[in-house]
Amino acid sequence: MSEKFFIKNYCHIKNQTVSVNGKAIFKDVPIALGTEDFSTFIKNAYKFLKTDYSKFFKMDNLSKLAFLAADVLLKSEYLNEKENNIALVFSNNASSLDTDRKHQAAIENDAEYFPSPVVFVYTLPNICLGEISIKHRLYSENSFFIFDRFNAEHLQLYANSLLRNKKAEKVLCGWVDFDENNYEAFLYLVGSEGEIEHNTEEINRLYNKL
Amino acid sequence: MAKTFVSHNNILSNLGFDSEAVVENISKGNSGLEKFDDTSLLPEPFCASMTSSEKVKEKFTEIGDISKFTKLEQMMILSLKKVIDAANIPLNEKVGLIISTTKGNIDVLEKESSFPKSRAYLSELGKTIQNFFGFKNETIVLSNACVSGVLAISVAKRFISEKKYDHVFISSGDLVTKFILSGFHSFQALSAEPCKPYDKNRTGINLGEVSASVLVTSEEKNLSKEAVEILGDATCNDANHISGPSRTGEGLFRSVKSALKEANINANEVDYISAHGTATPFNDEMEAIAFNRLGMENVPLNSLKGYFGHTLGASGLLETIVGMHFMEKNILFSSKGFSDLGVSKNINIIKENTSKKLQVFLKTASGFGGCNTAVILRKVNN
Repeated sequence: MSEKFFIKNYCHIKNQTVSVNGKAIFKDVPIALGTEDFSTFIKNAYKFLKTDYSKFFKMDNLSKLAFLAADVLLKSEYLNEKENNIALVFSNNASSLDTDRKHQAAIENDAEYFPSPVVFVYTLPNICLGEISIKHRLYSENSFFIFDRFNAEHLQLYANSLLRNKKAEKVLCGWVDFDENNYEAFLYLVGSEGEIEHNTEEINRLYNKL
Repeated sequence: MAKTFVSHNNILSNLGFDSEAVVENISKGNSGLEKFDDTSLLPEPFCASMTSSEKVKEKFTEIGDISKFTKLEQMMILSLKKVIDAANIPLNEKVGLIISTTKGNIDVLEKESSFPKSRAYLSELGKTIQNFFGFKNETIVLSNACVSGVLAISVAKRFISEKKYDHVFISSGDLVTKFILSGFHSFQALSAEPCKPYDKNRTGINLGEVSASVLVTSEEKNLSKEAVEILGDATCNDANHISGPSRTGEGLFRSVKSALKEANINANEVDYISAHGTATPFNDEMEAIAFNRLGMENVPLNSLKGYFGHTLGASGLLETIVGMHFMEKNILFSSKGFSDLGVSKNINIIKENTSKKLQVFLKTASGFGGCNTAVILRKVNN
């Protein structure tokens, strides 16, 4: 019970900016005010971060957002090429509704009925966990929760339970939400190393920092 | 660590509106699957188990205003109400609520729907059910593809072990909608005939709609007669493909290994496996490989998809409840639709109802995104 866990690193992606541990590492400047759009921004961020992973371009918006935020943090972990035991505990408000609306539009009218498996597979929020697991060889615990707002307490309790029961060595937790053109990612890595104590006050402080 | 139990339960399906009636139908070999030719749902004929909206409304009228709740909400509330009534515990701050679903009220996105599109947000579904019963805590909605229902049991256990809750109610449900049918059809995964899990002539999945609810509790008193203790549980990703299972059954193999380790039992101590068995060629083959790698090829196994179809976010919870009742009856029930082995590795599929003393069972599920979940449960009342 007394075992303590820490937040090692954290990442925000919002407002056309990718930040690690509170410092902006990439900021996309739109060509003109009001032209900010997610797909251009995330592509530019992907290039800047030298992600080099061709499957990225097949992903839906939520997966792109989650994948890139996770990649920024996991890149610096010097992971094993074969397997890693890092659990993924993600949450959001809009589930996969951005892609759900696309699938719905493809079946709405009988005259233009054209459902696509490439779109349909992304109508589940946990697909982004699969994408991250494939890239980083994570044969680990996955769970995707839906809350109407960021819920630090539940993430903290769930991550603690996984770590204490040795279900995972580290847990990548957080919030990845994509709804219409609004997006926000905040992920943090919890384990036995780090400077920041893993408690709800600290998680909320980091979440609200940017 | 404190023990946790899966106790009072309810299934609402076209095989009955409570677990006992549903299990009685299964014991007689009755399936809820029917063939449909309804172009408002799918341009081609399909086979599914559907719960009659009229019957649901008729029941719901006794407890609420049908105009204010979607079909799924009515089904989930009716199901959960029976469990809350049976549990007879005050819904205070030590009681949690988990909702397990993949698509929730996705049908409100259809232009014909009389409900606002905002009802498609899963947190809205969570709030509606929370408010109906007056739960003190915010609902935890779990949406993790087809493992959601089994994973919800793990999640409940974990929140209880962290002392956040003493009791957690889980309600699960998904509908057979145009959205889901068109999607699975686009994958060419749907069978127009009743599904045949593990059979050599299997032709794909059927979808089904149910709501299923349970109480997960740390309290040993007032358990239901079919209650089980959660001995171990785990979820593992295949790290292989987002829409197809691993050829080696990696995630399923690992999740069962991890659950056995936590349960501190050997594979040969499991009396029965309630497997996923969707009747797609790849899924069933993957499971056969994983169970062989685990040395569990001789453990009696069935898939319940031949009775209910694939009920998505509810399936894992539904099938756990049915397994609990099988254990209580000490009967292994047949894997409906199966006659000749159609997977490359031998597995012991139950062909007819057989009496056997049952103590421990394993429930598994696998889903899109490469997720696999295993839970090991032991009967409380011997």
